[in-house]
Parts: sequence; structure tokens; C-alpha cells
Amino acid sequence: MTQMNVKIDGKDCIGQAGQTILELAIDNGIDIPNLCHDPRLKPSGSCRLCLVEVEGARGPVTACTFEIADGMVVSTDTEEIRGLRKTVLELLFYEHKGACATCDDNGECKLQTYGYEYQVEDDVINCGSVCSEPVPNYTAGNEAIEYDVDKCIRCGRCIRICEEVQMDSALTFKERAGQAEVTTAFDIPLNESTCELCGQCISTCPTGALYERHAKGKGQCKDLKSTTTTCVYCGVGCQIDLNVSAKTGKIVRATSKTGVVPNNGNLCVKGRFGQDFVSDNRRLTMPLIKKDGEFKEASWEEALDLVASRLGAIKEVNGADSIAGLSSAKCTNEENYIFQKFMRACVGTNNVDHCARLCHASTVAGLARAFGSGAMTNSIEELKDAKCIFVIGSNTTEAHPVIALNIKHAVVNNGAELIVADPRCIDLVRFADMHIAQKPGTDVALINAMIKVIIDEDLLDKDFIAERTEDFELLKEAVKNVSLKEAAEITTIPADLIRQAAVTYARAKTSTIIYSMGITQHTTGTDNVLSLANLSMVTGHIGKESTGVNPLRGQNNVQGACDMGALPNVYPGYQQVESPNVQDKFEAAWNAKLSPNKGLTIVEIMHAIEEEKIKGLYIMGENPALSDPNLNRTRKALGEVEFLVVQDIFLTETAQYADVVLPAVSYAEKDGTFTNTERRVQRVRKAVEAPGEARLDWKIICDISTRMGFPMAYYRAAGIMDEIASVSPIYGGISYDRIEKVGLAWPCFDKEHPGTKFLHKGKFSRGKGKFHPVTFIPAKESTDKEFPFVLSTGRQLYQFHTGTMTRKSAVINQVSPTGYVEIQLDDAVNLGISNGDRVEVKTRRGCVETDAKVTENIEPGWIFMPFHFSEAPANMLTIDELDPVAKIPEFKVCAAAVRKIS
Amino acid sequence: MNLIGENSDLNILDDILSAFTEITSNDLIPILQRIQNGYGYLPKDVVMEVSERTGIAASQIYGVATFYEQFHLKPRGKHLIRCCRGTACHVKGGPEIIDVIKKCLGLEAGETTEDMEFTFETVACLGACALAPLMVIDGNYYGMMTKQKVAEVLDSFRKPAEEIA
Repeated sequence: MTQMNVKIDGKDCIGQAGQTILELAIDNGIDIPNLCHDPRLKPSGSCRLCLVEVEGARGPVTACTFEIADGMVVSTDTEEIRGLRKTVLELLFYEHKGACATCDDNGECKLQTYGYEYQVEDDVINCGSVCSEPVPNYTAGNEAIEYDVDKCIRCGRCIRICEEVQMDSALTFKERAGQAEVTTAFDIPLNESTCELCGQCISTCPTGALYERHAKGKGQCKDLKSTTTTCVYCGVGCQIDLNVSAKTGKIVRATSKTGVVPNNGNLCVKGRFGQDFVSDNRRLTMPLIKKDGEFKEASWEEALDLVASRLGAIKEVNGADSIAGLSSAKCTNEENYIFQKFMRACVGTNNVDHCARLCHASTVAGLARAFGSGAMTNSIEELKDAKCIFVIGSNTTEAHPVIALNIKHAVVNNGAELIVADPRCIDLVRFADMHIAQKPGTDVALINAMIKVIIDEDLLDKDFIAERTEDFELLKEAVKNVSLKEAAEITTIPADLIRQAAVTYARAKTSTIIYSMGITQHTTGTDNVLSLANLSMVTGHIGKESTGVNPLRGQNNVQGACDMGALPNVYPGYQQVESPNVQDKFEAAWNAKLSPNKGLTIVEIMHAIEEEKIKGLYIMGENPALSDPNLNRTRKALGEVEFLVVQDIFLTETAQYADVVLPAVSYAEKDGTFTNTERRVQRVRKAVEAPGEARLDWKIICDISTRMGFPMAYYRAAGIMDEIASVSPIYGGISYDRIEKVGLAWPCFDKEHPGTKFLHKGKFSRGKGKFHPVTFIPAKESTDKEFPFVLSTGRQLYQFHTGTMTRKSAVINQVSPTGYVEIQLDDAVNLGISNGDRVEVKTRRGCVETDAKVTENIEPGWIFMPFHFSEAPANMLTIDELDPVAKIPEFKVCAAAVRKIS
Repeated sequence: MNLIGENSDLNILDDILSAFTEITSNDLIPILQRIQNGYGYLPKDVVMEVSERTGIAASQIYGVATFYEQFHLKPRGKHLIRCCRGTACHVKGGPEIIDVIKKCLGLEAGETTEDMEFTFETVACLGACALAPLMVIDGNYYGMMTKQKVAEVLDSFRKPAEEIA
């Protein structure tokens, strides 16, 4: 990079070649008025407000498009420039016909700011004020976004962000000059266009022309109090601002600022429009105790006493191991830490698990064996610079929308090669160089064949294998007899495509693997993960910048809940419960006697209830009655367990089975931390007051623990984090003051440690990377005459997990009202099924009625169901067979039948 | 008005697109011109199909189609009447000629008669000021127009069947 010296308004500034005057000015705190600039977008120079004088230039230039040169002298605020800007503003105000007094954007609007700064005359500002009803436009009828053409200054930012960042291209200008306005193709309603309702257009609009429909009239921006926190939905960990009305105490709108890590001001539909649940009137506000089959409101004293006495009695009669607890990937690190400490130190059992078991247990098990650490090896930011991205079993645009922006950016703007391996033709395929649709459950066959190609064609990184790894010979032996032809038959992918994928991945300078539940949710989940680890190591594509193996974690804090030891085999920081030294350490730290035995995992806990081994179950913020496999069996267990406590923010499907329900607070009502998928520990901050008598999760647990004879008391969440840092080396250097502005990625061993951007640099966490020979094993259940379809379950963009939160949003309910089963067109024709028909999906375990969604995005013989919907619960159908190592159930493959309901 | 842009014959589009290899957005205007030649206008379903097959966003196509005066998103009449709004025509009574045409056909500028016979447009200048006031039908110039002459000329384009009716 060439450094350049530029003088702006007399100040010496140092910039880089390629930077614009505006960018350099912003970096140096010099304010140049602008309306069409957004750092996420390519400059367009359309608003003409950033005109500046450059010595030697023929006339004023637009700072947002003019690149700096060495020795350049810039004046941004001369008399003449101010005059020009005022004229530009006057012209804009002739088009902009809104009145600030009634505009929601009052306080945020940049046009308003500059109108004041440049003292544009009142008669100009008010020249076009209109009182007429707005004309319906492309946003009419949708619940999310409202476009007011009268407030639009035609800067084009909404159109550009939709095309350049979101890459959905839903918007355009129609007509020209004075008639120009923003719309969709043929003015079709937004919900029928390619729009995903991310609301990025709102985020970039400099005026109030684009605004959240439901935020309108709830408080002007100038009166809203903004709190920066971490989004509660997926594992990306977007930094989100909750803007709260002082009058109502409710969240009015969710926004984000450009420049924040990791999302740079971008949010998805869930983050921006899915916050209604916080103030939903169905929130739990009082403890509930079930008496004669009905819930009755109770005082906290009564509820806490009851929980403590019942758990205490069960422990006394049946032993500590007859009690189990499910912690929560939705809750903070601090709460997870307290929960597992309560289970281990107070109750005295390691029977603590959480829903990571259902999503990435195989990642934690597999990557820990191969590399020594079961997490994303790279940061999200690094994806942009990867030269080859291999996405396998991750529907990234739907499950991790903001990470998908980086993948699209890498492909479209940086020329990365994208390989998508997925049974369905997912949205990312639009950007892919190749799409290989493996039959569900055949990933090992695919990856082993790729490894075989790499060995046969001598694309190995021999130095890397020799220096950094062990047991390569075992792998070589295991794939010796793999044939491409056979792999093609198993996976249904043509052999030449498998070869091409292998060669592309191996040859790229920086290759990164992205995977998610398509890999992990199998009885061979650990094998799948190990295969990917093998693939990365044979090519040396690991332990470098933009190069690695990156499992995308599902829940906002599933990484953190694992880190905190809400797992039956490890204490916080992945310290083994079966290691006597570790046990000694924690017994000293917690001043308690601890169990030396590994505990049970989620599905094992449910099965143990059947065998009457588990008598008491404490569930914090999880919903197994919808999320777990083979629901008939799971729900029966929840009904049978002797004593069930559920601590949640809603009366979920699971809470219905409880003996005691304890009302907890939502993420918007508490302080704490979440650890996102790239291992970044980020702050959660209280933005609103909790409803009714709802209490902090960690306080509830401490109160119960104290009642049970193991006193726990903390004054604030920060204090709990200090204790976490003291017992968990990978969190050793984490404290609230260090993560106030930007989160830190673990491992972060001490107060001076800067955090870790990517793992395994120079040396794997376990020393040498270990190859594991893996051979293909078919899925547990295969199709037959009675059940001829392969059923996979999964997620969709608009909903999150069991829908407890997303389904409280009017915006989301409009676009995603209910469940469905995707079925391929020819299959549908053969069964006489048309799009929208009611159908019955049946497996050996259960039967669900839902709507048919006929599509060509899936192969014949395979069907797909999202699992979010309680009225069409996909998990009634799924199989509860487990991966032998990770104990993760096989959500992705079971045999099913479909028929039309007449 | 008939159904706009539904159930168009996609064979015409097949022929148009087969003339292009590796379509990029640079080819968009020539493609739209050919579609308009083939269909008489740009039917919605055909434009959506172009987007589907080429990967060019439908919104972008719509933006281009509405930007240029030459593209039409509604079906056009069999005959195109264009009338001049230029200075010379204005002075010589052009506005009256325009009024008569509107009255005769029962439509406003930019619209098409229900029987799909005539589309009427006004333009800034037709470049034959010596003939003012002027109208052009299907490329034929009718100069020195009077109110009577308008009706006669229009009648001469009417379908015989309609005359009987």
C-alpha cells in the first residue's frame, strides 16, 4: 500500500492509495456533508453535497468519488463551497415534502441536520409540504417496510444496498428525472419480489423515506434511547441497537451502526423485525405452580421453596444422578456458568447438557479430536478474502444471513470460487461456480472421494502433512479402495463433478470450509466432521488467514454455552470432568465435592426418564417438546418425569409439562455476554425493564442453590465473568472493561492477550493435527416401499428454532405463517399433489399434516421440512438414533411417506 | 383491456434469446428492443422469464424499460398516432387537434383504444414545422391539419366491420 500525504482544511492526513477524499476525511474526524454515501456501498456521487475544492482541480469535486493523491490540498468548508451546498440542499428540499414535526426520523435524518446547518430558508423547506394521503406504492400491504415517496431524495442508497450488499436486487428506480421513484419490478408488492425483508434499505436511507412500518408513530428518533447489545437470534452475533421509547418503555426499532464487528451495520429480517417478543403480552410475569393439572400463579417464595425442597428430596432419595438439567444456548455465558455450577456443585451431578447436543455436538467432538479445539478456526471477516469457499450442509443465506453477505462479497467482488454441496438448490447456488447435490447422509462418501482425488492427482500439501500432522498413513490406507465411480453412485453426484470440486478446493491459495447442520445432524456426524478435518489437512488449508474449517454455530450463545461447560463431560473451558486434576481444581475453586463421572446427554436424559433413572429435570430456556427428535417419545418422557421445572420467558410447549414454571427475563432486559460463532465474547446490555415479576436467570438459580444448602450470591453479571476468567484459561483475559467496545475472540489467556483471530497458526491446539480414517456408513434408516422418501429437516430464513420468539412478530407471521413440506415437482405430480395442498407426512414414529410446497429446488425422492412450527412439528417424524460419539440425533435423514389428504 | 403480460407465447422469446450467447446486462437493451418488435410491447411474463433465464434482475430490467421512452409495458394499438406539441404546431392550433383526437378516440395521451386499434402519443417535435399543425400515423405525415381533417383521416383507418356496426 502506498501512503499518501494529504492536507484537508490545513490538517495533515495520511491516507492509502485508492482512498477517496471523503473516506480520508472521515478517518480524520473531518465532517464533509453527504447524503448518498454509505461505507458499505460503492460511491455513486449522486447527491452532490460532498463537493470540496481541490487545489489545481478545474472546479469543485465530489469527495466521495475523488481519489486522493500525494500532496493533495483539499478545502471542505469555503464560502463558495458552502454556497453550492446550500443550493444543492434547496433543490433537494423542493423534492422532499415531509415535515420534520411529524416525521419519525426526526433526530436521525441527515437532510434535517444539513437543513439546519446550512440554514435553508423556511419557505424552501416547507415549499412542498403536502397534506394529501400517500399514493400506494410497492410497500403497500407488507408489514415490514414503508416507503414514503414524498420524503425520498432519490439518492439510490436503498437500491444500491439491495444490489451490492444484500445482492437481492429487489429495488430499482422507475421512470426518470422528476418522475423517478423507488419501486420493485413492475411495482409488484415487496413480499412477492426477491426482497428478503432484511430492511437494509431502511438502514441506509438518509431520510425518513424508508422506515419500519410498525415503528411509525411510536416515537421520533430524537426521543428514543439507544442501547447497543448483541442480537439474540443466530450465532453470527450481530451488534444491534435497541431503540427504546422513554414514554412506553418498549423497543420501537432495532438498528445497527456501520463499522461494528462483525456485522458492519447489517442485520437480517429476524434481528430487525423480530424483536416484538420482548414486549409481547404473553410473556411470563409470575411463577406458576401446577395444581390438579392446572397452572396457578404463585409467589416467588412459594415457587423457589417448592423447587428447592422437591429437588432436595429427589437427591436424598434417589441420589444426585437422578436429577438432570438442560442449560440454554439462548442465555448468557454468566447464566450458563451459574447453571452448570449449580448442577455440579449444588446438586452434585454432571447431568447437564443443552441444545448444542442437537446441532454441533459432532463438531465439538470431531474437531477437538482432529485439531484440539471444536470451534470456527477463522473469523467471519476473513471469509471475504478466501479464494475458494466450500459450503457443505449449510444454508448460509437463511440460517446465518449476515455471514452469507461475506460469502457473496468474496464471490462477486473478490472473485472467490464457490462450491456448494447441498441436497437442495439453496439460494447460495445462485453465486456458486458449482453445485453438487449429495444424497442426504452420504457426506463421508463425497469427502473421502475428494481426498482420494487429491491423493491420486498429487495435490497434497506434503510439507504440511509431514510437519504439522500425524497418522496420514492411516487415512491413506482407509481411502485406498475408494473409487470415484462408487462414490458417484452413493452420493448421486457425477464423478467428474466430485473430481472438479476436489481439484478446485485443493488448488486455491486460500480455501475455507463452511459447514453446519447438514454435516453434523447425522448418526455419522462426528465422522462427517472428521472427514472435513482430513480434507483440510491433506491440502494444508488450515491454520492460516482466510483458510480453515468453519462450523457455523446456530444459536446466539451456543458457542458460549459449550465454553461454559453446559456439557456433561467438561467443566468451563473444555476441562474434562473425568480428569482427577481438573476435578481437584474445581473442587477447590467452588468449595464443593464434585462427581468424577460423565453425565448424560439430552436424548439420553429423555430415555433415562423412561427407565426411571432420571426423576427430576430442570430446563432453563430450552424447548425440547418441539426441538428434540421423535417428539412422541420426548413428550411422553416430559409428562412422566417426577418433577419438572421450566424457567423461560414464555409458556412454551415444554413449559406446559412443568410442575413449576419460573418467569425469566429476555436478553433485552439483562446484562451479560454471548460468545458468537467466531468465538468472540460480546456484551449483552439491558435496554428495557423486565415485565411483571420476571427475574434474572442467574439470580433464580442462585436463590434455589442457596435454599438447597449451597449458597451462591453475585452482585452483577460482570462479577460472574471474573469468576469464569479465573477458572477457564481460554477466557482468562476476558473482562467487561476489555470488551466494552469490541468483543474479544478466545483463546484469550490473560489481560494482555489480544484474543485469537484464527486458530492453529503454526501449531494445532492439540499439538499435531490428527488424521482419522473414516469410512462411509449409510444412514440408520433407509427408504423402502412403505416409506419411499428421504426426509431432511432444517431451518428457514424468517423463523428461529422453535419459533417461540420469531412467531410473535407481525412482520414474520405475514411472510412465514405456517409450516410446509418441500416436495419435488415430478414426485408431486405422481402423487397428485399441487402446491398448497394439504398433505400427510408419515414416518415410523409419527405423522404430521401440513401444506405441500412443490419445488424444483430439491431432487426427486427427497423431501424437506422446517422444524419451527408447533402445528406441523417436523420432529414428530425424526428418528432418535444417535451418533455413537457425539450423541447427536439424525435429524437430517429418515424414511418418510407423503400422501395428499382429500 | 386484455390481460397484460400473461400467457405470452414464449416461443418468440426463445428465438430472440437464441441469437445471444452468454447474455450479460450489456445485451439488455437489444434484447428488450427485439422483444418489443416480437410482441409489440414488453409483456410482464416475458420480462420475468428473461430475468429467470439470464440472471439479470427483474428490477433492473424494469428500471431500464421505464427509463427509455421507446419501451412500452402495455400492449400497443394497431396504429400509432403521434401529435406534435412543438412551438410551431402550438401556434397553428395544435392543442385543438390534440383535443379532437382525444375526443374522437375517447382516450388520453399515452393510452390505447379498447379495440386495440389506436395508440395515441404526443411528442415534443416531429421536425416538419412547415407542415404545422401536424400528426403522424404509422410513419405517414398528415400536415396542415384541421378539426375536420382529423376525423376523416381517423375514419380512413377504421376497420370496415366497425363502420357497419
